[in-house]
Amino acid sequence: MQAQFPLIPEQASNFAPAVDLLMLFIVAVCLFFAVAITAAVIYFFFKYERKHQTEIGVPIHGDSRLETAWIVVPLVLAMAMFAWGAVVYVDYRHSPGDTLDIYVVGKQWMWKVQQPNGLKEINEIHLPVDRDVRLIMASEDVIHDFSVPAFRVKMDVVPGHYNTMWFRPTKAGRYRLYCSQYCGTNHAIMTGWITVMEQGDYAAWLSGAAGAEGNPLVAGEKLFAERACITCHLSDGKGRAPSLNGVYDHQVLLADGRTVTADDAYIRESILQPNAKIVAGYQPLMPSFQGQLTEEQIIALTAYIKSLQNEPPPPTGVGTAPPSGKK
Amino acid sequence: MHTPTSTRAATGAVYKMPQEHYLNSTYGIRSWLLTTDHKRIALLYLLSVTFFFFVGGMFATIIRIHLMTPQGFLVTPETYNKLFTMHGVAMIFFFLIPSIPAVLGNFALPLMIGAKDLAFPKINLLSWYLYILGGCFVLYSFSTGGLDTGWTFYTPLSSVYSNSAVTPAVLGIFINGFSSILTGLNFVVTVHTMRAPGMTWFRLPLFVWAQYATSIIFILGTPVIAITLLLVGLERMFHLGFFNPALGGDPILFQHLFWFYSHPAVYIMILPAMGVISEIIPTFARKPIFGYSFIAGSSIAIAVIGFFVWAHHMFLTGESVYAALAFSFLSYLVAIPSAVKVFNWTSTLYKGSISWDTPMLYGLGFIGLFLIGGLTGLFLACLGLDIHIHDTYFVVAHFHYIMVGGAVMGYLGGIHFWWPKISGRLYPEYLARVSAIILFTGFNLTFFPQFLLGYLGMPRRYHSYPPEFQVLNVMSTAGASILALGYLLPMIYLVWSLKYGTVAGPNPWPATGLEWKTDSPPPTENFLVTPEVTWEPYDFETRPDLELDHIVAGKLPAPAHGDD
Amino acid sequence: MHRTGELYGQFETLEQQKESAALGMWVFLSTEVLFFGGLFMTYTLNRHYYGAAFGVGSNTLDLKLGGANTVILILSSLTMAMSVWASHVGKRKATTGFLVATLILGTAFLGVKVIEYKQKFDHHLVPGYHFQIDYRAQHPAPNDDPKEIEAEKEELSKAFAKDPDLNAHAQLYFSLYFGMTGLHALHMIVGAGMLVWLIRQSIIGRFTPTYNTPVEMIGLYWHFVDIVWIYLFPLLYLIDRHQ
Repeated sequence: MQAQFPLIPEQASNFAPAVDLLMLFIVAVCLFFAVAITAAVIYFFFKYERKHQTEIGVPIHGDSRLETAWIVVPLVLAMAMFAWGAVVYVDYRHSPGDTLDIYVVGKQWMWKVQQPNGLKEINEIHLPVDRDVRLIMASEDVIHDFSVPAFRVKMDVVPGHYNTMWFRPTKAGRYRLYCSQYCGTNHAIMTGWITVMEQGDYAAWLSGAAGAEGNPLVAGEKLFAERACITCHLSDGKGRAPSLNGVYDHQVLLADGRTVTADDAYIRESILQPNAKIVAGYQPLMPSFQGQLTEEQIIALTAYIKSLQNEPPPPTGVGTAPPSGKK
Repeated sequence: MHTPTSTRAATGAVYKMPQEHYLNSTYGIRSWLLTTDHKRIALLYLLSVTFFFFVGGMFATIIRIHLMTPQGFLVTPETYNKLFTMHGVAMIFFFLIPSIPAVLGNFALPLMIGAKDLAFPKINLLSWYLYILGGCFVLYSFSTGGLDTGWTFYTPLSSVYSNSAVTPAVLGIFINGFSSILTGLNFVVTVHTMRAPGMTWFRLPLFVWAQYATSIIFILGTPVIAITLLLVGLERMFHLGFFNPALGGDPILFQHLFWFYSHPAVYIMILPAMGVISEIIPTFARKPIFGYSFIAGSSIAIAVIGFFVWAHHMFLTGESVYAALAFSFLSYLVAIPSAVKVFNWTSTLYKGSISWDTPMLYGLGFIGLFLIGGLTGLFLACLGLDIHIHDTYFVVAHFHYIMVGGAVMGYLGGIHFWWPKISGRLYPEYLARVSAIILFTGFNLTFFPQFLLGYLGMPRRYHSYPPEFQVLNVMSTAGASILALGYLLPMIYLVWSLKYGTVAGPNPWPATGLEWKTDSPPPTENFLVTPEVTWEPYDFETRPDLELDHIVAGKLPAPAHGDD
Repeated sequence: MHRTGELYGQFETLEQQKESAALGMWVFLSTEVLFFGGLFMTYTLNRHYYGAAFGVGSNTLDLKLGGANTVILILSSLTMAMSVWASHVGKRKATTGFLVATLILGTAFLGVKVIEYKQKFDHHLVPGYHFQIDYRAQHPAPNDDPKEIEAEKEELSKAFAKDPDLNAHAQLYFSLYFGMTGLHALHMIVGAGMLVWLIRQSIIGRFTPTYNTPVEMIGLYWHFVDIVWIYLFPLLYLIDRHQ
């Protein structure tokens, strides 16, 4: 029956069983009330059908104990649904450490994907099984939504924002990918496939298919030089701008005393609006690259900065708070 | 004043149409287009919302036919997108929102509280003209390039990327918004100041309570969407960037402002329908409604809490987790007053004297469909589950169960309930019962498969879809054709009854409301003598004027009197 | 429904009629609050994002003209209140006089607004393709004070350092400036139209101590429009003056 006329999509990620169980709970509660009320209504209709044209019903005006009961009982059940749903959602919104990061750019009407080693794919993502995957998503034009029913995950891709989502594929296979936020004429064909492979196969695929050409690291390093980032962001920390060695994913002390984590969103903001969050000890000198870099170039730069994560930070350490380790 | 009322079936009394009533007091097109009589304005609205219902329905028909094959065989993607957008705009802004308030509310509300008219009759007429003007703008948009933004007008798609006629459409909705606001204003003031002597707040019919709650939403929600859509229009006209990320604006702000109105707007559609059902059930069960004050209070609670749940449409926009938690919590709270209503309606049936008249069938249908629509809302309010079913056909099915299963069933139930008062005549009862059953069946066939499609992952607003979804889509289309028949039938027999229907008499059911204490159709000034209310709402026991026998159901053996 | 004397047909008593009108006006004003609310929300969010650009934009406004307009509007509220009082005590001429004064003050406000809009137009500060926040600094008119231009240039260069996308964000400020003051001015124009009608009615003696509802209702509306300005003035003109 499952194969012929399935009621649920395949379960292919860590979230699928969790979401389906939650669904089962809510279906059970709702089915109970729906059946009970429908049965009561139908029973009353037959039982108390009008027997005499001029008779009236028994004048009952209400019962406060009943009212209390049917306020309190549904409330308790609703709170249970809320709490359970919240647990699943909070888990979904907080990605674990050490994820395989894939960059996704949505544009009318395709998904452009970049593997960590720079391999580019369009409307197709290859992923290893049993590995936490994080998608870092941006849009070049309108709002899209990245949705994979077999994984029970979905997230809007909003222009001007970075949204992330994570999941762990649990079963090798090919799964449909949809855009589920209406995005214009060809919204319905902004679809694709996710191929989940055994880890060994994935590694083989990656090395076989990957070329240095599209490697964001290489591209990012090239951009870093071309756009003259390198003239200020000297690696020894003696430039006019902070060294980027070991910055990624660490706390950065700002001029106004706050600290931020140098994550993708912070790096993106620093490229586009450099003066929004100035690192302590530096002047607001950097020009904005708003409109001068494509989303993919920003991703390449971010990938490059990320690769500097394990380089030794300069000894003076201006601006970097004591390393606090990964989140 | 008029002949004594009696139950039509029991006495077999024959009535004559009153000599002079609001329909024949003056003649000519001017007397209609310049009328300030709330009953005539209600009929103007009835005609115009019916027009938009058929416009929207036509779009829906093409959509459903197109979706019979996975590739879609009827229209291009562009046309398809325009069809579902225009379906949404026509149905939501120009049918569902004005339907019950502006047609049934306009007609019945002053009668029900014993007033001669609304507090501001000229403003009432102005409301209708604003509706028509807004409608013209929208029809202009439909006919010159169409509209392909989705009825939600999400930016920057609507403000920058769409090439369709967005500007006239948003202006039309802007103008139409003021029609809603003025109607709401009129109702609030009328309920406060125009009640007949003895009509205290807790003697108000529950339909009036529901209209009052709806009016609060009209007044406080509609201006926000008006200004928001105006800003979208200005963005397009003058290249501004309020919601355009390329110019520094924030598209998420648009969603907040949009849903601040558009979620409460769902309650604009469903609350009045709940009000209608709260009239129908006690009337046809012939007993006081169970938990009057809880039903009245729950209407107000829905209107108030409904203002604080809007961001549950935005759980997956990347909004903060805390915001999501708060809005999910509040969304569960707003479910409780709806549940209270359903429990109270069900309990009202207990030990009633229940008849199977058409309005009661719609009431029964409403409970069944609203139950499914409301309960599936719990799925969507659930954060963990919404990740999966957000923006899928599950959502489409859910809101059609609320808006079509709930609001439209309530609207048709109300039309049948008050039809004798509106027209002075009865519709053919058996045909009406049959079409109510056709509607109920067709509706479930159309929309239930969509819940399954949604959980399987079919996204909404797709002009083509993977082949594995075809079976369910074909079922849905088959249901839609039955549904269409269910909508056409009432149109035909109601028009037929205008001339050939049995004369109804003042109170054919009989019902307890004040509107049934005047002629059918009522005179222009509603009541020749201002009525005084001395009874509690839905009280059949102490109302000798209803000419019921006071035989309490089940207390006496049923006589041999056959059922009609 | 026909009117008998001062009583409209749908009402039973004059008192009921007056109560309905007052409630109707208050409900209408609450709708207006939410109407402006959407704009205030958009303003608040964008000011939070782009403080520097909003500061620069705000500083280009003419404080003297804005301040003068505030005084004019408060005075017009006073004369409006006086006309309501005069109609209550049945002083027909005083009612008319105060209404005329209110109308003159309202028109003066709109006149000043036109001058301000003209300035913004000359300085290329009207949102659209020609918007340029530093147009005046780049192209000073012959009679501009050179010191002022220097100060403006300095302020702009500081602001550009803080926010390289200043032009776009300042344009957002001016979109909101024109949106909010434009909507406010539209309300003033509608109010002025109603005042003209009131003055006519007052001259022909429609208002008596028992029937003065229109004066009172339009008065309420006028005060509301005034209050909106009391919020707009600091938000648009004063936010960045402390520096």
